[in-house]
Amino acid sequence: MRGPTVLKAEDDKTRQLNKHTLMAFSGESGDTVQFAEYIQANAALYSMRNDTELSPSAVANFVRGELARSLRSRSPYTVNLLLGGLDPVTEKPHLFWIDYLASLAPLPYAAHGYAQYYCLAILDKHHHPDCSLEEGLALLTLCTDELKRRLPIDYKGMLVKVVTKNGVEEIAVDNDKVVKSA
Amino acid sequence: MSGYDRALSVFSPDGHVFQVEYAMEAVKRGTCAVGVKGKDIVVLGCEKRSALKLQDTRITPSKIALVDDHVCLAFAGLNADARILIDKARLEAQSHRLTVEDPSSIEYITKYIAGVQQRYTQSGGVRPFGISTLVVGFDKNDSTPRLYQTEPSGIYSAWKANAIGRSSKTVREFLERNHQEDMDREQTIQLTIKSLLEVVQTGAKNIEVAIMAPGKSLEMLPDDQIESYVKNIETEKQEEAAKKKSRTGTTTAAILTRPGGGESTD
Repeated sequence: MRGPTVLKAEDDKTRQLNKHTLMAFSGESGDTVQFAEYIQANAALYSMRNDTELSPSAVANFVRGELARSLRSRSPYTVNLLLGGLDPVTEKPHLFWIDYLASLAPLPYAAHGYAQYYCLAILDKHHHPDCSLEEGLALLTLCTDELKRRLPIDYKGMLVKVVTKNGVEEIAVDNDKVVKSA
Repeated sequence: MSGYDRALSVFSPDGHVFQVEYAMEAVKRGTCAVGVKGKDIVVLGCEKRSALKLQDTRITPSKIALVDDHVCLAFAGLNADARILIDKARLEAQSHRLTVEDPSSIEYITKYIAGVQQRYTQSGGVRPFGISTLVVGFDKNDSTPRLYQTEPSGIYSAWKANAIGRSSKTVREFLERNHQEDMDREQTIQLTIKSLLEVVQTGAKNIEVAIMAPGKSLEMLPDDQIESYVKNIETEKQEEAAKKKSRTGTTTAAILTRPGGGESTD
């Protein structure tokens, strides 16, 4: 596929905050990594000081606080985030949508950027609350296929990571699959 | 009082800074901590103060603290001072990761801790930290065990095995006699516990042991395992003592029976 914009294929736009929490980011490219690693260091410091892990919702609220503080400074971070994780106590999954204006929303599925205009409709239709891992991955494939069809850029596919009670693991996906137009 | 320990940063005429020496005295009164390096392992052992009847030992803080995933620290001296120093070290460890994207080396974090301790001997309105620390761990992509000591004066030094705190001299001398190069996991743990038993009378329930291996997280040795180590060491000691006794026993017996040698011939 040819297009005016070329994306870097192997860029990992996620950071693991602790054993059971993963944060994905998009936005101003310098800001994103800087902010994510700042959060990463603070989450690690908290775990070290208190000998416990922060739950995903605790991290999300901390992140929101930091973003809100930054927003009111002279040079705010322009970072959009998706924060996913498993509460190690209740073993319940959580997903938070956070944007650069420091809104925080717990959601069953979420997307940021231009892609959300294509993905959210699919997710609205097919997502259900007790979705299994396989179903989730199939749903994700539906989304990426749609992006491959419609995004007006040289879209290189997805990097997929899954958070389970065993921690964070990367899942291999076939990004070279050619998608026929529907 | 000689007047040279009123303001901290004042020397006495013969070149002493008394407050720093008092801090080292506080270390000597603290419970004992031992660090031993093996071939690719490093072990920390601590004397635990025996808990009072109603104390909840489960949530009482330990003398062994994790500074970062790969750095562990044990201290002797004032517990309250240690908390502050450990917190500073943890902050620096994380800050180091953030700025250079790599975990700090063990020497770096030791140098930092010693640096903080030194600062508190040379500024106004503060007193020195009444603690010595043993810092252990492994550098990134390296399986050489590291063991450093820091003192209230801000001195830091590297060791193969060392002890700090109450009766540290006895334990250090024991380690000097018994330390070998390239000890394996079992030997290292055994030497740590054995050296602690030189000064800890109450045995297993007053000892805690932490083990670090390259690329692995900190392992606190469970109580029942410590107990079995202690039991083994004690039986070993008894056997040795019995052997000695039987050897010396026969000779004294020989001397004793000689005059009345008729005892058996009678």
